[in-house]
Amino acid sequence: MTEIYTLPPLPYAYDALEPYISSQIMELHHSKHHATYIANLNKALSSPKASNTQSLVHFNGGGHINHSIFWNNLTPASSEDAKQSAAPFLTQAIERGFGSFSDFKTKFNAALLGIQGSGWGWLIVKDGKLDIITTKDQDTVPEETTAIFGVDMWEHAYYLQYLNGKAAYVENIWNIINWGYAERRFTGHADGEFRELKAML
Amino acid sequence: MSIAASARSTLVRASKASSVRALGGLTAVRTKYTLPDLPYDFGALEPHISGQIMETHYTKHHQTYVNGINDAQEKFAAASSPAEKVELTSLIKFHGGGHVNHSLFWENLSPTSKAGGAPPSGKLSEAINDTWGSLDGFKGKMNTALAGIQGSGWGWLVKDNTTNKLSIITLPNQDPVSTTQYTPIIGIDAWEHAYYLQYKNVKADYFKAIWNVINWQTGEKRFSS
Repeated sequence: MTEIYTLPPLPYAYDALEPYISSQIMELHHSKHHATYIANLNKALSSPKASNTQSLVHFNGGGHINHSIFWNNLTPASSEDAKQSAAPFLTQAIERGFGSFSDFKTKFNAALLGIQGSGWGWLIVKDGKLDIITTKDQDTVPEETTAIFGVDMWEHAYYLQYLNGKAAYVENIWNIINWGYAERRFTGHADGEFRELKAML
Repeated sequence: MSIAASARSTLVRASKASSVRALGGLTAVRTKYTLPDLPYDFGALEPHISGQIMETHYTKHHQTYVNGINDAQEKFAAASSPAEKVELTSLIKFHGGGHVNHSLFWENLSPTSKAGGAPPSGKLSEAINDTWGSLDGFKGKMNTALAGIQGSGWGWLVKDNTTNKLSIITLPNQDPVSTTQYTPIIGIDAWEHAYYLQYKNVKADYFKAIWNVINWQTGEKRFSS
């Protein structure tokens, strides 16, 4: 079987996000969960005529896209990119769109904690306007919108460290958001990514 | 009455009470839901489900659904407009469903030293054989269904209330089984919190192991009810 999609390397070491996300979580999340989405995506694409191919491509393709963005929109807390000053244009737009950064954060956290089941929370931009949305399971952000950054709210993203205490995970993840990467996505650098795969979802 | 049945009927009573209030402006005493007793110790399902999982699952997750349904119910009663009430139905379904599902789940599990893992007998056993050829045939189909859930959810062996036929269904998140259509016989929680601390990403091993602690006696009672 041809391996069409492959696991992208993590842009930092498994333990680089400690203490906010444990090394054990990162290793399983990347080398097992993300790898399984890719393996199942490739498998589904290799039997395009099966009755459940569309659903498998949607789910596993979405899992691949979402995790690929997620790894890049996180960064070690000590890096320059973890400072909000790495996103001057985005910060300005957040303050304009949500009143203040603190109001934005409160709203984003509430959206994450309101997810009923597995899913993701996203800061997105559509027609130049920022918004907070959630997507269920491995659904990707809607067409015509660009994800600026996402937070994985599947239990596997935090459970080994935080158990049912997902509010603490949500609070801690702000220490490791990659604002430099978010700024680049906000200023157009994400345009056209995963074009071929998205068209198949 | 079983804990699960009492949870279900309380939920029905409570929603009726709420509708009465909504329609007639009557004041009614709201029933507060409480965590049902677990019919065995946290460690009793080891090695198939760890004591840590059981304790967290019961005292934290199930408790959160109980708190959530009580909270949503209070807000529903206090809401003045239909729009506000409609807004709350998603929370009622989610937390109410979580409470109902977990109440059924605890009762259809049992330590192997008691009923756990002992195959069903009588009419339920016959119905399973008629439908899937054998108990192992059924388990295989159920495990495939469980493994195919895309996200959080539950797998159920159900009896159709009209035809009495058995079937396997999966439901997303905390959606409860429609009891007008079906009688739930056995439920298996496929949320990651049900297995992750012990099985991590290898959920197929959890689905294999859980059959060792399935309480088919509970299943038989539900089947013949």
